[in-house]
Amino acid sequence: MATISVKNLSHAYGSVKAVNDFSFEVDRGISYALVGPDGAGKTTIIRALCNLLTPDAGEIQLGGIDVATDFDKVKKKLGYMPQTFSLYPDLSVEENLTFYGGIYGVTGARYVEKRNTLYEFSRLKPFADRRARDLSGGMKQKLALSCALIHDPELLILDEPTTGVDPLSRRQFWDILTEFKKQGVTIIVSTPYMDEVARTDRACFVFRGGKLAEGTPEELTRLYQGEIYYVDRLPTTPLLDKLNLIEHVVARRFGTGLHLYLDMGQHPGDIATEITQAGLSVEDLMSVTPDLEDSFIQLMQGQQ
Amino acid sequence: MQRIRFIALKEFYHIMRDMRSLTIIFLMPIMMTFLFGYAIDMDVNEVILAVADLDRTADSRDLVENLYASTYFTPPDEQVDFKDPEQILRSSKAYAVLIIKPGFSEAMKGGEDYQLGLLVDGSDNNLAAAVQNYTTAAVNRYLINKLPPRMTVPGVRVSYRLMYNPDLESPRFFVPGLVAILLLMISALLTSITIARERETGTMEQLLTAPVKPVEILIGKLMPYTLLAFLDGIIVLVFARFVFSIPFAGSYLLLLGFGFLYVMTALSIGIMISSLVKTQQVAMMLAFVTTMLPSVMLTGFIFAIKNMPVALQVITNIVPAKFFLVVIRGIMLKGAGLDVLAMQGVYLLIFMVILMFIAAKTFRTKVV
Repeated sequence: MATISVKNLSHAYGSVKAVNDFSFEVDRGISYALVGPDGAGKTTIIRALCNLLTPDAGEIQLGGIDVATDFDKVKKKLGYMPQTFSLYPDLSVEENLTFYGGIYGVTGARYVEKRNTLYEFSRLKPFADRRARDLSGGMKQKLALSCALIHDPELLILDEPTTGVDPLSRRQFWDILTEFKKQGVTIIVSTPYMDEVARTDRACFVFRGGKLAEGTPEELTRLYQGEIYYVDRLPTTPLLDKLNLIEHVVARRFGTGLHLYLDMGQHPGDIATEITQAGLSVEDLMSVTPDLEDSFIQLMQGQQ
Repeated sequence: MQRIRFIALKEFYHIMRDMRSLTIIFLMPIMMTFLFGYAIDMDVNEVILAVADLDRTADSRDLVENLYASTYFTPPDEQVDFKDPEQILRSSKAYAVLIIKPGFSEAMKGGEDYQLGLLVDGSDNNLAAAVQNYTTAAVNRYLINKLPPRMTVPGVRVSYRLMYNPDLESPRFFVPGLVAILLLMISALLTSITIARERETGTMEQLLTAPVKPVEILIGKLMPYTLLAFLDGIIVLVFARFVFSIPFAGSYLLLLGFGFLYVMTALSIGIMISSLVKTQQVAMMLAFVTTMLPSVMLTGFIFAIKNMPVALQVITNIVPAKFFLVVIRGIMLKGAGLDVLAMQGVYLLIFMVILMFIAAKTFRTKVV
C-alpha cells in the first residue's frame, strides 16, 4: 500500500455537519495522528476510511484502491480497532485471538507463531484463559490491538485506542505501536491526547469537522505565536481576573500556578506596570516553551 | 467456508455461555410443552347443560338421560324456566340449554323436519366452541345409535363429525402448534438479538472490515440457531410422542422440508428486525411484537381463525406461522401428504423468497 489519500471528505448526520471538505494524505510506513476534542469529526473520518459509512462527498483511497468501490481488496491488508472495546467479552483472550485469526485466514502454525509474538508484546499470555470482560481497561485495549494485528496488516487504523486507559498502559500501548511501525506498518490513529501526538511522525489538528493544521509534531508546536510564562503563584480568581484585564494577555490556571499567554510581539517589559498593579513583578515570570496543546488551543480559538 | 466455521463456532460459545439464550433454547420448549400440554387445559370436563324438554315424551327423556349418562354433561342445580330458557345462562348456572321442542318423538320415528335448539353461553369464546361441539357430537352420536343404519332423521343435522381429535384433547391441539411457535422464537427472536448485539457492542464494525462477506457473517451466525431450532422441534415432538402419546401420523421428511422453508422465513424476519434497530432490547421487543404475538394470536394456535372479525382474518394471511401450523397439524395428526399441503407449501415458499430478498437488501454493512 503506497499512500492513504482522503480528498474533500464531507459528511453530515442530518443537519449536523460532522466532517467538512476534509483532505489529507499519509505516506507509507509512517504514523499519523488525527488530534482533536470530542465531536471534532475524528471517528467519522476513520469510519469513512474503513468503509463503515458512506460519506456524502469525497474520495478515499487506500494504497491506490478506492474504498467506495473496491473495499474488499484492501480488507486483508487493513487492521482496524474501533473506538469502543469491540471484542467478545464472553470469549477468553485466546478465543478472541483465534476467532480474529480465523476470519482473516490466519490458522495453524502461522497463527501460533503470530499469537506468541503478540503475547510477548502485550504480556497477555498469563491471562490467555481469562474472559475478555474480566480484563483491566489497559489489557482490553492491548488485546484489541493484538486482534487487529493478528493478520500482519500493512495499515493499522485505530480510533481513540487509549481513551480511558491509565497512563502506564497508554505508554505500553504506544511502545507496541512503535514496534510495529518499525516493521513497516502504516498507522493512522485518532486521539484526544497531545502527549501521544508527540510519538507520531505526522499529525493533523481536527476541529469542527475541518483541518486546523498539519505537520510533524515539531512543526505543529512551532505554529504557536506569542510567548508563554509560568508564574508560581496561587491562581486565585481575583488574581486571574486582574491579569486577564491586561491587553494582549490571557491568564490561565496551570497546576498550582498560572500561565500567562502573551500575544505575538508582546514582551513582559511592555506590560510591567500592569503586572505590578496586579500584585506580581516581571521577575516572577518564567519563560515556558509552548507545547502542542498551546498551539492547538490557539488555533482553535482563532477559529472561534 | 473456513471463515463461516469460525463465526459459527464463536456463536456457539456465545450461546453456551449465556444463561438467557440457554434458557430460551433448552428450558423454554420443555416448559411450554408441559404448560400447554397439562396446565392450559382447554378441555371442558363438565358441561353444565340445562334441558328444556318441551316434548315430554319417552324419546325426549331417553335423549336427556343418555346425555347425562356420559361423563361430559351434568344437570344444573336449578330447573329451567320454560318461558325464559335463557335466564339460566344469564345467571351463569349453566353453560348451555338444550331445547327440545314438541315434535321430537315424531321426528325420531321418521316425521317432519325437526331441529333441536341449543343456546350456548358465548361469553367465553373457547368454552362456547367446546360446549357447542360436545353437545352436537353427543346428540349426533345418540341419533346415529338410535336409528337403523343409513337412515337419517330429516331436519336433524347428523352430518357433523368431529375428526382427528375426537375427544377434543388439548395436547393434540397445542403441542404441534408449539413446534411452530418455538421454531419462530429461536429463528427470529434469537437471531435478531444476536445480530443486534454485534452492532450494539461494536464488534460488527470489526467484522465488516475483516475479509468476510456479509453473507458469510449471516450464515455463520445463523447456522447454530437453525440447528438449535430444529433440535427444539425434535424435543417437542419427542414429548408429544412419549409424554402425551400423540401419534405422528405423517412423514418426518416432509415435516423437515416444510420446517426448513419456515425457519428460513423466520431467519429472514430476524435479519430484517436487526437491521431496523440499534440495541438488543429493542430487537427483542420488535421481534416479540412482530413475530411471537401474531403467531400465538392470529394463527389458530389458540384461537380459531373463523371466530375472528373479518379484518383480523385477512391479517392472518400474512403470518407465516398460520400456514406452518396447518402443515404440522396436518402431518402429525392426519398424516397429510404433499398433495393436500401443496397450497401451504407455495405460500411458505413465497414468504421465504420475498423475506429473504428483503433481508438481504436491508442488511446494513455500514454502522451509521
